[in-house]
Amino acid sequence: METLEQIKSRITHALPGARIEIIPNDSPAGQRSLLVDADHGAAIAQFLRDDPELRLDYCSNATGVDWPEAVVKTKIKKQVIVEGVEKEIEETLETLRSGCLETVYHLYSMAKKHGPVILRLRTENRSDKNHLPSLTPVWRSCEFQEREIFDLYGIVFDGHPDLRRILMWEGFVDHPMRKDYVGPDDYDYEPTPHDDVLEKTKQHQAAEVKA
Amino acid sequence: MTIEKPKMDEGLRNELQKQGVFTTTLEGIYNWGRQNSVWPLQFGLACCAIEMIAASMARYDLARFGAEVFRPSPRQADLMIVAGTVTKKMAPQVVRLYNQMPEPKYVIAMGACAISGGPFKQGYNVLKGIDRYIPVDVHIPGCPPRPEALLHAFMTLQKKIENQPLTGANRPRHLQADAPSEFPVPKFGVHDLEPPSNPTVWQSPKMVRA
Repeated sequence: METLEQIKSRITHALPGARIEIIPNDSPAGQRSLLVDADHGAAIAQFLRDDPELRLDYCSNATGVDWPEAVVKTKIKKQVIVEGVEKEIEETLETLRSGCLETVYHLYSMAKKHGPVILRLRTENRSDKNHLPSLTPVWRSCEFQEREIFDLYGIVFDGHPDLRRILMWEGFVDHPMRKDYVGPDDYDYEPTPHDDVLEKTKQHQAAEVKA
Repeated sequence: MTIEKPKMDEGLRNELQKQGVFTTTLEGIYNWGRQNSVWPLQFGLACCAIEMIAASMARYDLARFGAEVFRPSPRQADLMIVAGTVTKKMAPQVVRLYNQMPEPKYVIAMGACAISGGPFKQGYNVLKGIDRYIPVDVHIPGCPPRPEALLHAFMTLQKKIENQPLTGANRPRHLQADAPSEFPVPKFGVHDLEPPSNPTVWQSPKMVRA
């Protein structure tokens, strides 16, 4: 299979204006992915499926990621001259990462027997601009998984044929897989609480004593 | 008030038995019949159901206890084996199935999830034990419990049925006219089921803390 760089350059050649970024991966797996912009997401997916070289005809998995706003610390090594002697100093840079919601698609080719190519799409923020294009028209297998992402993360897929909750019931409020989800306070009976469950049990008992 | 029942002399009964005369009580034969023909409701919720299926097949042979007839309809079932994780979305249906079973009916909660929520206890989606909504007769811990544990639960239930008096204050629920046979089905709330438990069936145990 072509490298991600080759795929990226071919997409930008075929679809001028598409913004694509290669996300590095420092983990032992080293599996990198393509971050594509939401406006061209559906067209890029169509290209990846129909391109005779790639033929990524099978989406095996679609999932969501919640990126809350966070301060990201990165360490940078710097060469500094102190009293005429060159020294290496480690500096930590703090940058504010804006929050967003993300979908990840794992694409394989049954015809060419290669893969995976990992596709990522990000929303602008976590509250009001949470729309992404649905890839169900491209890969039918995304239908239920996109419903699940809608249910648990609250990403609205434009162009999805049947966007409803799939795991939680109708009338359920909020999206339980988001990092800031607050569940119901039902810590009335915890026989062996520990860690954060112990904290929540204590809070529950304190509220009970007050009432 | 309990009425002391006239008991037949053990020696006399043995003597009669040697002569080919068998004696019993109505209560004894009624419960003997019931305890050896407990038909479970055929449904499973998660991986515990696989162990339940194994228990019903040749190797563990649930048929020895007269409980091999898994019924696909709650109208014909005597026993509900809650085998597996009860999610909040599934709980109303489980209670509804229980309500549709005719009396006398019994419940075995099988596995860590069914008795307490198990490994999913603090999850947003899992009920913390089916005994919050319906009365459970036998709890089996385990994740999942082995078929032997289910057989043990059956034998425990059989002992319970055998010792149920037909009269008096301790008579089973189906012989008490005013005892409830149906239990309220919980509604879907905003984050949780409404109500989170049935207080007539389950109360939060008082925790003793140092």
